[in-house]
Parts: sequence; structure tokens; C-alpha cells
Amino acid sequence: MSSYNITYKSFGKRAILIEWNAIIDENVLQEILSFKNLILKNKHKVILDIISTYNSITIFYQFTIENIYNEIIALKSIYEESDLSNVQKNKLWKIPVCYDPYFGLDLEELSVKKKLTISEIIEIHSKPVYTIFFIGFLPGFLYLGGLNETLHFPRKSIPRLRVDRGAVGIGSSQTGIYPQESAGGWNIIGNSPILFFDRKREEPCFAKPGDKVQFVPIDRNEHTEILNLVAYKRYAIESEVLNA
Amino acid sequence: MLKVLQSGVYSTVQDLGRFGYMSTGVPVSGAMDQYAAKLANLILKNNENDAVIEVALGGTSFEFLKDTVICIAGGDLNAALNDHSVQLNHPISVKKNSVLKFTNPIFGVRAYIGVKGGFLNKNVLGSRSFFKEITKKYVLKKNDEILYSEVKTFNFSQFAHIKINKEHFSETKIEVNEGPEYTNLTSDQKKALQHTTFTISKENNRMGYRLDEVIVNDLEEIVTSAVMPGTVQLTPSGTMIVLMRDCQVTGGYPRVLQLTDNAINKMAQKTTGDSFNFKLVP
Repeated sequence: MSSYNITYKSFGKRAILIEWNAIIDENVLQEILSFKNLILKNKHKVILDIISTYNSITIFYQFTIENIYNEIIALKSIYEESDLSNVQKNKLWKIPVCYDPYFGLDLEELSVKKKLTISEIIEIHSKPVYTIFFIGFLPGFLYLGGLNETLHFPRKSIPRLRVDRGAVGIGSSQTGIYPQESAGGWNIIGNSPILFFDRKREEPCFAKPGDKVQFVPIDRNEHTEILNLVAYKRYAIESEVLNA
Repeated sequence: MLKVLQSGVYSTVQDLGRFGYMSTGVPVSGAMDQYAAKLANLILKNNENDAVIEVALGGTSFEFLKDTVICIAGGDLNAALNDHSVQLNHPISVKKNSVLKFTNPIFGVRAYIGVKGGFLNKNVLGSRSFFKEITKKYVLKKNDEILYSEVKTFNFSQFAHIKINKEHFSETKIEVNEGPEYTNLTSDQKKALQHTTFTISKENNRMGYRLDEVIVNDLEEIVTSAVMPGTVQLTPSGTMIVLMRDCQVTGGYPRVLQLTDNAINKMAQKTTGDSFNFKLVP
């Protein structure tokens, strides 16, 4: 049982939406992830899929929910009778990023407008430990929290029609990596040679909500080397277990 | 094998969708009109989740490289087998080297080819539904070949012709439930949603349909949250988007309405210029 005020409502006839206050907060995230795991444990037989975001869990049921009120009561009792302070084991992933202007198409503009040198931008971007709140938008696109305010910068008014796979960008208060080639409006500051989504793996995305991410600056030679290793499936992303 | 002779407007392989990977950002996908896809499989005594080919609008032709039994369901795209018009919603015996052609829509916009035993392209993450970066192919192109099993015998006698309700294609009332942000709308906005006749713009595809008419909107964007096929989003410009099967798993626009399962299937048979009204159901 916790102190958050949460609401339950139907989302169509086959889904239930559980919402916390509209804030982006790590404690809320921890509670959401613990609750999500418990729902999966208790309800896996009737659930088709489940997704959590910054402040919500959406449960997709296999069939039309016969009695929405009873189902909500059942979910509430899972919430109230469980210890949600149990934090799942998480990993810190070290993500190599090449911040060379060859990849960082908007580094110069950012540098001029922010009155920071490119190396200062790199330092500010690669210093924090970012939190993965959820994965959405594209397969393997991590919604990260923790971008230093000095790097907040509005999205481009005209999005690029083509942003490369691995492009690292800044869009207002968010930073992230495009896991595949896509159209995109974020300011591109670098490129990561690793795969964020691999359809050939049983767990196609290595990272989970609640995990942490840190960017490790690499040069262009290292970028090419890692790209080759990834192509031959010989690259293991460096990681450490947190809260062990 | 089924060989693509002409790719046409947009043809894909689809089953009922990919589940269990939404939390890694993978869209559900699946046949746009699942009523029609299930019907094709039912008539062939397949499993309802067996893979079918979804043909949009026509201009498409295929060659069967093995004997089999097929069923065509969904929209009437003027299908002809070896230049003879075919009966919809009926099992049809197909000989090796037969050519199946879809020319143009008579009613509806999406037809489904079911094949006895289903199409056997690679199952990726629990589904055969095409999706970019998930399956190797994301749209059928000329000379592509899709695997199926040879079938020599089939009991046709048990099948009566199934009569399809034409309203599935002509219905202009699209049933919706209130979406999560419906309660944030003003009473004027709610009235506009219910009383406006909406038209599907030319921006419509498997991801979503943008509508032409605009609703005055001063709602704030929401903190990015889950969306699903059938979610109706109200964008800051007041334009509405009806999300369809290939939609992203999350979005930041208010989710004002949610189409019922059946309404998504009906929407799947509509296209540019078609108009409809939302009908709120409890």
C-alpha cells in the first residue's frame, strides 16, 4: 500500500488504464513497475499485453471485460495488499556514443545557441545516469529521464525526413536514441553503433523500464569497430547490476 | 509458394497481431479488418489466427505455385481466378499456376486471401504480421514468394454460402466508447464529436486515418501514455486521428474516443473521402 492517489478506468471494452498523477518521478516509476510485475504474476492468464509509461499502466485483456467494476476491485486489492516498495533488480547500461560532428549534425548550432563548446556539450550529455521510464514510439526507443537543463533545446520546426539508425538526439527536455532509421525532429548530437532492438533475440530489447543508461563518448574509429562487432554479433554491451 | 506478379497498392501478410512486446515499443499490427480475416479462416476450417494476405484497393495479382484451397473475404476488389470472377466467402479449389487478380474496389477497400493451413512466412516474436524492422519484408513486392502447404483434398460439401451483411461495408455509424481524456472535453466539444460528419482525409494507412474536419481544441497535451488500435486522438490543431492496427504503442495527444473492435473492422473498409459519424455507446 502506498500514498499515491491512483485512478482506474476502462479504456475501450478490453483494456483498463491505471493512472498516477501526471508527473515524471522516479518513485512513481518504481511503484508502477512493482505493481505491473504483480499484475502480470496474478493475471497472466487473462492478459494479452501490458504497457507502462511515465504515470500509467494499461492492461490489455484477451477478451471483452465482462464486469469492469469487479475487475477494477480485483486490481485494487492487488495494489492494496502488496508491498510495492520491493524494487526490482536493475542494470546500468554503458552506451557508446560517437559525438563527432560527422554524426552530430546539430552540434554546431547547439554550441552557438547555448554558448557552450562542443566538448562541454559532450561532457554535460555523457555525465548523468539516465533512467529508462518506458519504451515506446518505435521498437527499442527508450524514454529517458535525467537530461541536464542546460541542454534542453526545442525540437526542429521542420523535422528531418531521414534520421539514421543510432542517432542520438535532444528534443526539448528529453534525450534519446533512434533505434531505426526514421523521420525525426530532434536535434542530432551523435550516433551509437549498438542495436537497441534485435528481432532475432527472444528479448529483442536489452533494456527494461527502471534500468539506467550512461553514454560513453567514443571516437569514429571505435564507432566503426563496434559497428563491425555488432554486425558479427560479437559486441556485448557493458553493464553492471544495480541494487544487488 | 504464392508468387507476387503485381504488387498493387499495398499488400501484406497479416494474422491477428503481435502481443507481448508492446513494452518494448512493438506495435500490435494484424489484419485491419479482423472480422474478414477470421471469416476467411473459418470457411477454410483454419485457426482464426492463421496468416492471410491483406490486399488494399487492388491492382494486384498472384500466382499459386502449388495446388491449394483458398477463400477470399472482406471487400469486393473484383477478384478473378484465371480471368473468371470468383465468389467471395466461399472455399475455392486452386490448381498450380493459377493466377488470382484483384482489379478495383466494388465495395470495401481491403480483401483477404485465406489459404488452407495459412501462409507460412516466418513467425517473428509470436506473429507473422508484416511490420517494418520486425519482419524482413514489410510490404509485398513483385516476385516475392510466400510459403504455404500443398492441399490436394478438401471437403467442400459442408459449406453453405455465407451471406455477409453489406452494412459491414456501408455503415456510416462508427461505434465508440469514451476515451480516457473524454471527460476533459467541454460540452460543446462533446457535441461536436457526436454531431459532426467526419471525412477520411487522403492521409490514411495501416497506422491511422487523419480526418478532414476540425474540432476546436484547447486541451493540453498529455504526458505520453498508451494508445492502441481504435484510439481517436485530438491533436493541438484540432485535427483528429483514428489510430489503426500498425499504430505506435504510446502517444501524447488526448485520447478522446475509443472505437469498438467491430468499429475498427468497419473503419478498415473505408478510405479517402468516405464519411461517417461517431456513435457513443456505453
